[in-house]
Amino acid sequence: MAEVKLFGCWYSPFSRRVEMALKLKGVEYEYIEEDLSNKSHLLLKYNPIHQKVPVLLHNGKPIAESSVIIEYIDETWEGPSILPKDPYERAMARFWVKFIDEKCAVAMWKACSSPGEEGEKAKEEASQLLKFLEEELKGKKFFGGDNIGLVDISANFIGYWFGFAQELKGLELLTKEKYPNFCEWVDEYVNNNFVKENLPLKDKMIEIFKTLA
Amino acid sequence: MAPSDVQLLGSWASPFSIRVQMGLKLKSIEHEFIEENFLSNKSDLLLKANPIHKKVPVLIHSQKPICESLLIVEYIDEVWTDGPSILPSDPYERATARFWTTYIDQTWFPIMKELEKAANDEAKATVIGKVIECVVLLEAAFEKCSKGKSFFGGDNVGYIDIVLGSYLGWIKVTELVGGPNLLDGTRTPGLAGWAERFLSHNVVKDVVPEPNKLLEFYMMVKAARASSSA
Repeated sequence: MAEVKLFGCWYSPFSRRVEMALKLKGVEYEYIEEDLSNKSHLLLKYNPIHQKVPVLLHNGKPIAESSVIIEYIDETWEGPSILPKDPYERAMARFWVKFIDEKCAVAMWKACSSPGEEGEKAKEEASQLLKFLEEELKGKKFFGGDNIGLVDISANFIGYWFGFAQELKGLELLTKEKYPNFCEWVDEYVNNNFVKENLPLKDKMIEIFKTLA
Repeated sequence: MAPSDVQLLGSWASPFSIRVQMGLKLKSIEHEFIEENFLSNKSDLLLKANPIHKKVPVLIHSQKPICESLLIVEYIDEVWTDGPSILPSDPYERATARFWTTYIDQTWFPIMKELEKAANDEAKATVIGKVIECVVLLEAAFEKCSKGKSFFGGDNVGYIDIVLGSYLGWIKVTELVGGPNLLDGTRTPGLAGWAERFLSHNVVKDVVPEPNKLLEFYMMVKAARASSSA
């Protein structure tokens, strides 16, 4: 029996973040693809409260919530650090992840999927929020500095997923003119050799987006 | 007087601020508490220290601001290592503690807030049902994490204790305004016992506000909101 198992979904950015973390650490794991419209009894057993992916199973013990899982991975396995070592830098990295997930994700999703005035309002909000990330990237190759870190792998959905949504919906939210630092980060991130191997294929993403948004 | 190296911008009534005060007390960290007045305009200091969210609490340590209460508590635990630990040392137990503190803040608390907005008795009953479901899960979490000891953290107060404990004043207020008795000795005996022990713990008892004071505050805020929207 594999010591490490990951219940995930190929198009979930949260699931892909955890895979990135495992791969950064060189952890061998068994990947189990979940059909979110027909969740397995194992997923429901290991995450009865939220019934969501990703769930990491390590030596039979389940851990849910992507940010909790990633911190667990960083603390458990040797290898390159995912979070910074300095406590203040760690607090800042966690801050940005919360900001991305709780503020940006919500506004950007609404901008793509809500009609009329609600969508417009969300677009305006998302524009303001992206400015903070733009500022944070000044003078840096990655959010983590020279190397990919927690914030980079967590900002994956803006860097990659949102690009498709934007294209499909004809939105002009994340543009080089408005966010030059951020767009440069997106290029660096998605073209990074290591990251490239772990991103879902473009045409499959576009197909799934058509059904979701 | 030399300015303190550690300042906490907070509010006596805010559970998010209260848990940071508990963390500072647990570690015996000398600090300056700067009360942010909830009903007046946000101070320049707050807007400068937390420009993105403009909320309390903010910890300012050697002039560097740290925002978001759970992040502040983890920061305190990582910096002041000679005091008692707030988070467990085992990675799996840390993950469990982080899971439950996230659950408390992001699942349970938003449902609690819905109680206030419930338009009629039927809606109220639905929300109460959901809140009780959450509390039953927290009871099971307490049984598992405490392993028969006094607190979620075992013999000592820990992360989950101060996060859930920071809401205890408001849980009592909910009951005082006609809401359910959440930590009922029959339904959640573990949590009922825990709450009593927690509230009489040396380190935290002066930080959790008196429910009557909170109720007064709540009425005042409600009245202020009603008059500003009238």
